[in-house]
Amino acid sequence: MTTTDMPRPLDADAKRPTAKKRPRRAVGGGLRRAIAPTTLLWIMACLYGFPVLWFILSSLKPSSDLFSYPLTLVPHDPTLSGFKAAWDSANFSQYFINTAIVCVITTILTVGVSCCTGYALAKYDNRWLKAFFICILATTMLPGEVMLAPEFLVVRNLGLYNSFAGIILPAVLTATGCFMFRQFFLTVPDELVEAARIDGARELAIFARIMVPISRPIMLTLAILSFQWRWNDYIWPLLMLNDPNKFTVQIGIQSIVGAQNINWSVLLGASVISMIPLILVFLVFQRYVMGADINAGLKD
Amino acid sequence: MTKRAPDVSASRPSPSRRRSKYTLAPLVLIAANVVLFSLFFVWPAVIGLVYSFTNYTGVGAFQYIGLDNYHNLFGDSTFYDALSRTLLYAVLFVPLNFVVSLLAANLVVSKNAKGGSVARVIFFIPWLLSPIVVGVLWRWMFGENFGLVNYVIEKFGGGAVPWQSDADLSLLVVVFAASWAWTGFSMLLFIAAIKNVPVSYYEAASLDGAGPWRQFFSITLPSIAPTSFIVILLNTINAMKEYPVFVALNNGGPGTSNNLLVQYIYETGFKRGQIGYASAASFVLMLILMAVAIVQLIVNRRVENR
Repeated sequence: MTTTDMPRPLDADAKRPTAKKRPRRAVGGGLRRAIAPTTLLWIMACLYGFPVLWFILSSLKPSSDLFSYPLTLVPHDPTLSGFKAAWDSANFSQYFINTAIVCVITTILTVGVSCCTGYALAKYDNRWLKAFFICILATTMLPGEVMLAPEFLVVRNLGLYNSFAGIILPAVLTATGCFMFRQFFLTVPDELVEAARIDGARELAIFARIMVPISRPIMLTLAILSFQWRWNDYIWPLLMLNDPNKFTVQIGIQSIVGAQNINWSVLLGASVISMIPLILVFLVFQRYVMGADINAGLKD
Repeated sequence: MTKRAPDVSASRPSPSRRRSKYTLAPLVLIAANVVLFSLFFVWPAVIGLVYSFTNYTGVGAFQYIGLDNYHNLFGDSTFYDALSRTLLYAVLFVPLNFVVSLLAANLVVSKNAKGGSVARVIFFIPWLLSPIVVGVLWRWMFGENFGLVNYVIEKFGGGAVPWQSDADLSLLVVVFAASWAWTGFSMLLFIAAIKNVPVSYYEAASLDGAGPWRQFFSITLPSIAPTSFIVILLNTINAMKEYPVFVALNNGGPGTSNNLLVQYIYETGFKRGQIGYASAASFVLMLILMAVAIVQLIVNRRVENR
């Protein structure tokens, strides 16, 4: 076993040079020392990866093979019929489009609004801003689930029941998003703002021209997180929507699970299809998620 | 607020003097969130509190009935079952998730374990899946007649385990499923914290002859205490509001034995139209969460001041 072929983490090491400098140990015992942790790591990784692998491989089996004993890991003749059945049945393609619309709009709004709020919280020092910061903190302590019924009534009174707006608007304010931006803007030197002010730039212009462009990495990170939250959201869309044409993917999957006799072929296909967008986004933007100090704001 | 006098000559103007003269710009910047906060947080919280003292059903008139809802709630065995089941779930889920994700984080950053960056992605992928899909996936694994787990157990000569029809085992499967799904997130928080521990501590310790275990318990664990508290806090909140995994995995079953609090609120409020009663139940949940948060804050402060 050599260390040279080991893929290096792209993200964190570049940012934190200290991370690589673990204490050097005697070279001779290196291999022996590596055996136990490496074995444990990979046993764990297999335990974690296997359910997903099994699930995806199962979804490639023809429905007649799903329950045939003995169970086999790799399907004999892989087929996409489960996916096709899922896509065609019960408006699933419509659910997919609905979810995509909701996710994209919510994500854009969340990133924009959080960026503004985070900047204000980081770079201005007013008493009422501090008070509002505490208010945002409170929203993390009280998840929406606690106020399901009254929140439902409020949205209904606003005339947003059974509309995408009813799903989107309550989701735009996220404490994590505001914290992430606040934390980022705290690291931006105040001198940058001062210099722009001396040059006669107006406050909002400083924000739009200088601050928004440099916060692009945070925007991307929050966008990925927000997309994931909204894509996976279940209970709020379930309450908000009663028109089957507006259902989201998660409600669609749950309605297959809730049926009298579960059609596993369709269910597996639908579930795997629903995973694809997130996995793709994650693989493309992996370093933004993995390197992100998601806790940066929560730590404070 | 009109006077703008950037004091260029002073090398270090005090931050408060420098910034607090701006009012309009920050107000514009936070306006959207203020509106959203009042509409979707303050307003529901206030009317929720009001409705919890009424017999409102969602439509029509309602009456003020004082503390009757709360009184009935504490005589309602279904509510007690949901509450105790939720607490049991949290008590099982939070420590399991904590231990597993801390172990994963340590292995992933460990210099001795090879392939950490690949394993990190593997640990992280379950967190991407929606709670509904997580439920479906574990239902598929732990099916009583068709699931892989029982198949393997029978292969090795065991009997089929009633993962779905035994209430406690059914809860246990959800605990596994949720810990599996949340490991990636908790692990990321731990990784960031572990990497921030000064390397010199470890160097000094290994010069003094401290082994890996000693280093972990004497350096790593105390150094990441603040992150540990955050992980426990977030996971407790997540556990208290768990719902979709249950719905997809066993639908609160067998029967209603694993109906947790959020499901109870959902059923009473929306299936049976007792908004007032459900609001009261929500406020009990809120009080629990606030108690959790306050206890954590106090403990956290005490640890940091030590």
